[in-house]
Amino acid sequence: MAAPVRSMNNPSGITCNTTSFQKKSRSKLVSIPGTRPSVQNGQLLVSTGVTSLDYVIGGGLAVGTLLLIEEDRYDSYSRMLLKYFLAEGVVCGHKLFVASAQDHPDDILQELPAPILDDVTSPQPVQEQAQSSDPDSADDMKIAWRYQNLPKVQTALASSSRFGHYYDVSKTMSPDMRQASKCHTFYLAEQPPVESTATSSMGEAYTDLLKTIQQVIHQQGFDGSAPQSKVRNVLRLGLHSLGSTLWGDDLCCRENPIQSHGLTTFLYALRALLRSSLSVAMVTVPSHLIQSRVLMGRITRLSDTAIALESFRGSEKETNPLYKDYHGLLHVRQVPHLNCLVCEVPDTKDLAFKLKRKQFTIEVGHTTAMATPSPPLPSPALPSPPSASLTNR
Amino acid sequence: MFTDLNSILNTSPDNFKQGEFVLILDRKADASFLVHHFLSFYLRAGCKVCFLGLVQSFSHYSAVSQRLGVSLAQAKEKGQLVFLEGLKDCLGILLPGGTKPERPTLDFFSPQCSDLRGLFEFVLSSLSPAGGAGGQGDSGPESLRPPVLIVDDLSVLLSLGVSAGAVLDFAHYCKAHVCHELKGSAVVLVRCEEEEEEEEEGDEQGAEMLLKGLTHQCTLALQVQGLPTGYCRDIHGQVDIWWRGESQQQNHRKVFQYKVQDKGASFFARGTSSAVL
Repeated sequence: MAAPVRSMNNPSGITCNTTSFQKKSRSKLVSIPGTRPSVQNGQLLVSTGVTSLDYVIGGGLAVGTLLLIEEDRYDSYSRMLLKYFLAEGVVCGHKLFVASAQDHPDDILQELPAPILDDVTSPQPVQEQAQSSDPDSADDMKIAWRYQNLPKVQTALASSSRFGHYYDVSKTMSPDMRQASKCHTFYLAEQPPVESTATSSMGEAYTDLLKTIQQVIHQQGFDGSAPQSKVRNVLRLGLHSLGSTLWGDDLCCRENPIQSHGLTTFLYALRALLRSSLSVAMVTVPSHLIQSRVLMGRITRLSDTAIALESFRGSEKETNPLYKDYHGLLHVRQVPHLNCLVCEVPDTKDLAFKLKRKQFTIEVGHTTAMATPSPPLPSPALPSPPSASLTNR
Repeated sequence: MFTDLNSILNTSPDNFKQGEFVLILDRKADASFLVHHFLSFYLRAGCKVCFLGLVQSFSHYSAVSQRLGVSLAQAKEKGQLVFLEGLKDCLGILLPGGTKPERPTLDFFSPQCSDLRGLFEFVLSSLSPAGGAGGQGDSGPESLRPPVLIVDDLSVLLSLGVSAGAVLDFAHYCKAHVCHELKGSAVVLVRCEEEEEEEEEGDEQGAEMLLKGLTHQCTLALQVQGLPTGYCRDIHGQVDIWWRGESQQQNHRKVFQYKVQDKGASFFARGTSSAVL
C-alpha cells in the first residue's frame, strides 16, 4: 500500500513555487487533486466529504483502505455519508464506482449534495490573510512592483491544496457538474445472469461485483499498469448496503446463516484489490439486521476503518432531553494501523452527530450525557462518571 | 522488538527458550503490535522465519519493521525470511478466470478444499533445514538457530470459510513440526470477536473452540484486552501473560498495562502509568 504512494512522484505536481526552497516530501507526494499525505505515516489521504468525520478517523481515509459504515436504522444517515463521499469525489475529479442492489446507482448519484464552492477560503482565515498580502491585490505596495506581472498562483495553490469541501444537503449537485466526472455503476438487478461457476465460497452477486471492480481497476489503470505519463487519479468505490438480502445474502435472516463466509470473503478480496491500487472504498452494512455479533465482529476486522451510526430516530433516546441537541451517536469501532505501530488515538470516543439544515456534522458529545449508555430520568444533579476526571488530565 | 517485554518474558535475542508455542489473542483491542515485536525479535536473533501474513500487505510489515530497526526486504533477500502475502495471492483463486497459482498453498480459498494442507506444506518446505524454500547457500548459520513460524492471523481463516477443526489441525501440525521436531518456535495471533459469555450459537462455537484448543496447546499466552474501565488515551489496554508448564512453579500469570508508542511499547504494572501517577 505504501508502494503506490511512493511511486507517484509526478514532477509536474508543483509548478508554481517561486522560491527554490521546498519541502522534499511535498513535491513527491502531492500530485493527485483532493489528496494529501498523512502527517503521521505518509499515507496518501482522501477526504470522506465530511470534514468532521475526517478528523475523527485520523485526518482522512488512506488510499487503499476500506471504510465500513454500520448503517443506522432506516439507513438515512449512512446513506447521507455515502453521498458525501461520492460528492467529494466529483468535486475533486476522482473516478467513481457505485454499486447497489436496492436503489439504482443513478438515483443515488442524482441526490448528491451541492458543494459550497463560494466560501472556499472562509474556514481558513490564515490563508485569507496570506491572500490579502498578495502583491497583486495590494496596489499601493510599490516595493513589490517587480512581482506584479507574475501569475497569480498563491490562491490557486490554496484552493487546490484544500482538503475536503463543504456541502449543502438542502440542494442537489447540478447535473453538469455530476456528469463531468466519470462514474461506473453496478446495479445488481440489471446484471446479466452469469453461469454459476462456483470458484469461491462467495455468492454469485459478490463474485460478479468483485469481478466488475477488478475490471474497472485494471482497465482504468488504477493498479499502476498504465504508463507513467498518464495522469494518476483515485477511484472511489461506494458499495451500498452489502450483506442485505437483496445481495442474495442470508446474513440478516438467520442466526446461523448458510453463506456466512460470503461477505467476509468478499471483503477480504476487496481489501486485496484496494491494497494494490489507487482506490478507496466506503461500504455500508445494515449491522442492526445481522443477528450474529461474532459475524459483525469479523466484518469489522476485515475492514480498515469502521464506524457505526446509531440514530435516535424511533428509539427512546429521541425524547430524552439529554440528547436533544443531536440526531444520533457515532461510534468509532476501529481505526486503522497502517505502516506504523500506533494508530491515531482519538481524544474521546463520545461522539454524536447531527444533521443541521444544510450540513451533517459530528461533534464531541457532552460527557455526562454520553457516559451512560441508557441514562435514567434526568435528575437535577447527575453524578459525574469516573471517566470524566480521567479524560480531563 | 520491545525491551520492556523482553525483560518481562526474561528473554533476549541472544538467549531465548526454544520450542515455544506462543499464542497472542486479543479482545476489544488490537494485539498486532505484538506480532511486530516477535517478528523483529526473531529476525534479530538470526532465526529463519516463515511469516504467514494473511491480513496486511508486505509493505505494511516492512514499514513497521523499519521503525523497529529491522529490514524485511534484506532479510527476504538473504533467505532468512520467507513471507507469504495472502492478500496478494488470493485474487487469482477468488476471481473467476484469474491465474491459478501452481502451488496449492492457498487452496483453502476454493470451496472444494476444506483443509489447510497446502498451507502446511508451504510451512514445511520453507522451514525444513535441508534445501529450504529458496535453497540459499548459507544454510550454515541457519542451522545454528532454530526456525520460527509466525502467523498473522489464524482467525481470519475462519472468516474465509475454513472450519475451526481444520485450523486447529493446522496449528497442531505446525506445533509438532516446528516446535518439537525442529526445536523452533511458533507465534500465532488469534483475534476474538466478542465477550466470553456469548458462546451458545453454532458459528460462535467455532471461534471459541479454536481459542480453547490453542490455549491448551500453547506454552505462553499473551492475552491483550481493552481496559475494563473503558477507553483511555494514555493506557491502551492490558496484557495478561500466562506462562504454562507442567509444574506448579512454571504455571503462573501476570497482568501488565501497556501503551503502544511510535517505536515500541511500554509495559507497566497496573495503575502505574505516568498518566495516572
